[in-house]
Formats: sequence, structure tokens, C-alpha cells
Amino acid sequence: MHMADALISPAVGGAMWAVSAATVAWCSKKVKEDLDERKVPLMGVLGAFVFAAMMINFTIPGTGSSGHLGGGLLLAVLLGPHAAFLVIASILVVQALFFADGGLLALGCNIFNLGFFPAFFAYPLIYKPIAGKKATATRLTLGAVLAAVAGLQLGAFSVVLETTLSGITALPFTTFVLLMQPIHLAIGLVEGVVTASVVSFVWKANPQILEGRFAGASPGSVQLKHVALALLLAALLTGGFVSWFASSNPDGLEWATERTAGTSELAGTDALHSLMAQIQEKTAFLPDYSFASPAPGASGESGRLGTTVSGIAGGLITLALAFLTGLVLKKRLPGRG
Amino acid sequence: MAGIAGAFTNLDVLDLLSTGDTAAHRLDPRAKLVTVLLFIVSVVSFDRYEISGLLPYFFFPAVMIPLAGIPPRYLLGKCLALLPLALLIGAFNPLFDRQPLVFLGPVALSGGMVSFLSILIRFSLTVLAAFILVAVTGFTGVCLALERFRVPRVFCVQLMLLYRYIFVLSGEASRMARAREMRSRGPKGTGIRVFGSLVGHLLLRTWDRAQRVHMAMLSRGFTGEFHIRRPLKFTAQDAAFTFGWCSLFLLFRLVDLPRLAGSLLTGVLP
Amino acid sequence: MSHHIVEVQGLEHVYPDGTTGIQGISLKVVHGESVAIIGPNGAGKSTLLLHLNGYLAPTSGSVRIGEVPLTRETLPEIRRTVGVIFQDPDDQLFMPTVYDDVAFGPANLGLPRDEIDRRVNEALSLMGIASLKDKPPYRLSAGEKRRAAIAAVLSNLPDILVMDEPTTGLDPFGRRQLMGILRGFTHTKIIATHDLDLVADLCERTIVLHGGSVAADGPTLEIFRNGALLEECHLEKPFSMQGCPVCSPRSGAGGQRV
Repeated sequence: MHMADALISPAVGGAMWAVSAATVAWCSKKVKEDLDERKVPLMGVLGAFVFAAMMINFTIPGTGSSGHLGGGLLLAVLLGPHAAFLVIASILVVQALFFADGGLLALGCNIFNLGFFPAFFAYPLIYKPIAGKKATATRLTLGAVLAAVAGLQLGAFSVVLETTLSGITALPFTTFVLLMQPIHLAIGLVEGVVTASVVSFVWKANPQILEGRFAGASPGSVQLKHVALALLLAALLTGGFVSWFASSNPDGLEWATERTAGTSELAGTDALHSLMAQIQEKTAFLPDYSFASPAPGASGESGRLGTTVSGIAGGLITLALAFLTGLVLKKRLPGRG
Repeated sequence: MAGIAGAFTNLDVLDLLSTGDTAAHRLDPRAKLVTVLLFIVSVVSFDRYEISGLLPYFFFPAVMIPLAGIPPRYLLGKCLALLPLALLIGAFNPLFDRQPLVFLGPVALSGGMVSFLSILIRFSLTVLAAFILVAVTGFTGVCLALERFRVPRVFCVQLMLLYRYIFVLSGEASRMARAREMRSRGPKGTGIRVFGSLVGHLLLRTWDRAQRVHMAMLSRGFTGEFHIRRPLKFTAQDAAFTFGWCSLFLLFRLVDLPRLAGSLLTGVLP
Repeated sequence: MSHHIVEVQGLEHVYPDGTTGIQGISLKVVHGESVAIIGPNGAGKSTLLLHLNGYLAPTSGSVRIGEVPLTRETLPEIRRTVGVIFQDPDDQLFMPTVYDDVAFGPANLGLPRDEIDRRVNEALSLMGIASLKDKPPYRLSAGEKRRAAIAAVLSNLPDILVMDEPTTGLDPFGRRQLMGILRGFTHTKIIATHDLDLVADLCERTIVLHGGSVAADGPTLEIFRNGALLEECHLEKPFSMQGCPVCSPRSGAGGQRV
């Protein structure tokens, strides 16, 4: 979810550059104050390690498609928030310059979206409380998955905000959100599982690396049922949380069309379009996004409840579809690595 | 992603290009950084439906690429490889913005199609600018420029160390990935647990390496302060380069030259 | 002159996990000597070397460089006097260019720019790599990296050079080149290595380590003639001395070892 310069406005880009620059400056100061000067070579080399590790692929179970490590949460676990933020930022600089993975103006956004949330939110507020003190395999996986999902959800949401506020894209806010959040839910889940896998390996092999970050016996191996539980929890949280915010006011485009065309919906000109509209009306059990409420003027509480339910339902359906798709692909494409 | 070998090659080629010795390479890195940043800001400051106003900006890559000795085919290849991404981010516009905006004779182009084209143009311009910057300045050059612009030294050192060791670590990682590839069959052997182990090993080795680098630093008197400042001289040439291009960018931003030229040609004012 | 002397007394080092690295090593290396430290893997060679510039602190015993005992306060001075060159050059070349790496030491000493420049150029030409000044380390060959790593230590003008496996990974030509350069150095040299032919060529004195303590300490040729000692310490004669009818007369079974 690296943002490209093509979708950004100078105002948004500039503002986020300022925010990221300030955070970089603050973290630099903090790292400098940290008397452990082993951190300097460690940060550099670990950054290179994450960069290299990002290039190695693995097969995502159940889908056959390949995934890659993001590394933000892993860095936070290994280095702590301030150092991790700087390392993530440095990796993003290299990606922007050499791979056009994110634009130069958008760098400020990307550093914030991909660095701030894992380092200062997901790690300290979710991962550490769960897996920090008395770690077991369950806690490790749960902590990593929830932290990764939360970090990526917030990051993805920031992307939506920044892109929409820039005004170059015509994608409406709600649609964008409904596109980004479920996708990054899946990505977050994988990221969490993979991070937990690496952390638990390291912990078994050389616990000193995670000194003071863990106490307790050696963890077992990552178990899939814990993963499933974490996923469900995360999906419920995310779907509900996000759609709570999806305003029931007509979004920008509808407002604009109302002004220009006099209707709040553009009549479809081709047969296909009207057919799709008919089908959608018949099958959607949540027409127009809330419960088909019999009582008029009952928006407000039940309206909100309806939105949340549809958000959750949407999230779960998406996941189910993804899982099914994965299964189907797996059956049809054996031996794909 | 072309996999680790491909990505590494990519880095390698740009790094090699940056060691060239053309007039463009010899310019002060600060001049180049400022110019490219201003270029990008100008390009993205247009509104979403702008097309003709963006076109003059292609002069910058058109000039810099031959000036810096960058093989145009290579750069074109890189941009084409990124095309799917560009299409993805722009493709929503025609879907959601269907009000006709422009009429080319009998054909109506919706606002979405116009903004889609605009996005593609912006994408090309900004991507070219970023590649050109690194190809003529080099990553180290960019870091030195940043340091001069008061970016915290800790961060600049981090950038330099990261870059230095990317080559080493990429090599290690690609060897491990290749070993895994040679011993796995299809989806077996490439799952998450193997990945965790592979990356875990790499991490352990990396940790040891960090200790050794630290040891080497201490052995040569390291006390916590890095001395990365190099003498940089901002000459009249650098000033001319920066001022010249930035003025042009400003001109392009304020005056829609293609439209002007077009109207002069057809003798009809738009 | 006395600052070229390395003196180690009753050195002991126990690792954090409880295993003993070194037990009771005492030795003295004097000005201008070239001493080789050989022994099987795990004998404690690297551990010993790391005590010589204070990177590792002994569990008991002392290290003295010339008149100066090794303490926390004297660390900076000791580190300037004792130049340690480690096994992997990639660990020691961490700056953007060779110039920056060689300048790292003098810059840390706070020297003025032109003095730094002078030292760097001198060190580079001593190692024959002046042309590589502006190259990044990842563009160098193994041999060039080795020489750059040595240059990076030489710029500090050390009196004592400590080297850990200097010829590993070098092709025959690179190895010859390096040995030629080292032969020309007047510094006190302490070299830990598996390259026994280098030892025979460069070092007049050899210390054999085994199981964390000194198994033998004497003139190189004498050590290499002691077949029983070598075998006990999992060592061999240098290839140049094997199959020589004078140095290793074969008795009984089997032909000559090549």
C-alpha cells in the first residue's frame, strides 16, 4: 500500500512530509540518547536484512499465491519503537528511489502509514501487552496477528484518507475503504503469522536477541487454530469499527451529481448496468446499507447498528470468498509454488 | 516482484549508473535533489483533469536522460514494468467519474477517462524523476545532500549503513532462497514455517554481523559520532542548473504552453 | 620503542554461557616480532586476539601494551596502538567509499582534514589501492577488500598489527601479494591463521593454542618439526614442508604424503 505521487496533492504530501520529518527528528534524538551505541550498526544491518527478507517469497496456505514479509512489526519487536521507525523510514527511502515503490513526495505519507502504526501503536499497545511479559506460542501468535492487523488497518485507512483528501482519484471514500480494509485484513493476518514464526524461531535459537522482551518458557510452534481465532476477532473488530465511521450522508460524488444532474444516482445507460442494478436490489439483504427498517425515521441507532452489521458481514463474506477462491485455485493449480 | 535476484540487479544497475562521470553527475547533489523535488511538487499540483499542462514537463527527463548517459531503453523498461501499478491506481476514475467532460468531435470523454490519463502522465513523470535523481546522484549523494539540509545525522548514517549492507544481505538471502528452491517441490517447502526458519537463520547471522561491525568500529576508535560530512561546493553551474529548471517548472505551471501553441497554430482561441 | 611490546599475564576468559574460552595464557611479544598463533578451531585464537585491544575483558589476568596496562581509561590509547584486522572484510568496511573507511579512524581521533587526507593517501598507497579510493566496498574483489580493511587500520598509525585469518578467501595471486606487503611491515605482528605456509614464510615465532591454553611457544621451524605436537593439536606441517625428506622422514607404512 505504498502511495504513489500520481494520486497525491502538494498539500497532503507536504503536510505528511512535515509530520514524518518531525517524527524522524524525534526518533533520531531518542536513539542518540540511547547510550547503547551497538544500536547504530544493528539498525543499519537489520534494515538491510528486512530489505533482503522482503524479497524472499513464501506460499500463503490455502491460496497458493505468494506472499512477502512487510517487516515493520518485526523491526519493532527487535529494536523497540524509535529505532524501528527510523529503520522502516530508511527502507522506504530506498524503495522510493530505486523501485518507485511509493513516490518521493508521497514518502512522507508512506513513512507515516507504514512506520508510525506498527512502531508506536501496534507494537507497544497490542503486541507487548499480549506477548511481552509471559510469552507462549499462543500469545506470541495472537499478539503478532492482532498487532499486524491493527497496524495495517490503520495504515490502510490513512492511505484512504490521504488519497481521498488529495482529490486526484475519483474513487469515493466508502468504496475505497471497503476495498482497502478487507484486503489489508488478509495481509495483516499473514504478516502477523509470519512475524510470529520468525520471532519464535529466533527466541528458541538465541533468546538473548529478544532480551527483556520475553520472560517465560520457550514457545511451542505456531498453531493454526489460534490463527483462525485471531482472524475472526480481528475481522469483527475491523469490520465493525470501520463501518461505524462510514457516514450515512451521501458521499461527495453523489452530492456532485445531484447538483449537476438533479438526481442522486446516474441512470445506467446500458442494459447491463440496469440488469446489475436489478440483481443487486433483489439479492442484497442489506439494501442501501442498513437494515430494511419497517419503521420510518428509524435511522440513528438501528441505522448505525445496521451499518456495523453490514460491515461485519461484508468483512466475513469477503474473507469467505477469499478462502474459497484460494481453495479453488489450489485445486486447479497443483504444484504451483 | 522479480524475486530477490531481479530486485538486486535493479539496485545494482542504478547504483552503477550513478558512478558515471557526466556533467550531470558532477553537479552538486543538493542542486539535483531540490530540482527533482520541485519538479514533482509542480507536477502533482495540477488539478485532476489536467493533461496538456503536464506535457511540457517531459522536457526534463528528455534532457536529463541523454545528459546523464542513462540508457533510455532501460528506463523505459522500468516504467513499463510499473505500468500495471499505474493502471491499477488510475482505473477507478473512469468507473466512478462518468460525467462527460470533453468532446472530441462526436466522441464524449468522461471526466474519469480524462483524469485517468492525467494520472498515467503524472505517474510517468514522477517515476522518471525519481529514477533520474538516483541515477545521476547516487544514493550516497542523496544522503550527503540530506545531511546538509539538516536531516538528523542518526538518520543519514542509518541510510548509509542500510545501503552499504543491502548488497551483502541480498547476496546472503538470495543464496538461501536458491538453496530452498533447489530442495523444494512446488508448494511443499515454501510454506510459512520454512520461511520463518529461513529468515530466522538469516536474522541470527545478521545479528552476529552487527556485533562484528560494531567490534570493527570500536577497534578504530568509534565513540558514537559518525563523521560523514564531505566537502561539497555549490558552484555557479549548480545554481544555474537549479534556477534554470525551477523557473521552467514554474512557467509550465502557470502557462499552459501546449494549449497556447495549439491555439496559435489553429488561429482559434479555445 | 617499548610501546611495541605486548604482554599477557595469566589471561582467563569464561564465556557468558559458562564455557571456558581461555585458561591461563601468558605470553610476551616484543618490538618488531612476527608471531603466528595457530591451533585447531575452537582453541581460543580469536578470543585471545579480541583481548589485545580490549574488545573482550578477561575474567582474570591482565594485558599490557608497552608501558600501558589495559583498563577502561586506557582503551582509546590502546586501540590506537593495537590495530586489529578481523576475518571478514565486509564487517570492517562499513562506510560509503574506501576513502571514508580509511579515514574513519583518523576522523575519530579528531585530526584536521588535511592530516586525515595525508594519512589516508599514505595508507592506500602502502596497500597499493590508491586507485580504489572512491569505490564503494561492495564493488571490490575479495583481495581488494582485504587490503582496504588493512589500510583502514594502518591509517591510525598503529605500532602493533593483530590479524585474524588474513589470507582466507584469497586467490593464490592475491595471497602472494598480501604476503609481500606484510613482509615489508616493520610493525610488531601477531597473526592467527590456518595458513601454515604463511606462518613458515612470515613468522619467526609460533604459539600453538589448544583447548584454551598454550601448548607450545617457540621458533616456527622447531614447532613444525614436532610431529607429535602437531598431531595432538589437530595440525599438520605446512604444505611446503610435507614430503620433504629432511623435515619429515617417512618410516614404514604408506608412501610419502603429498
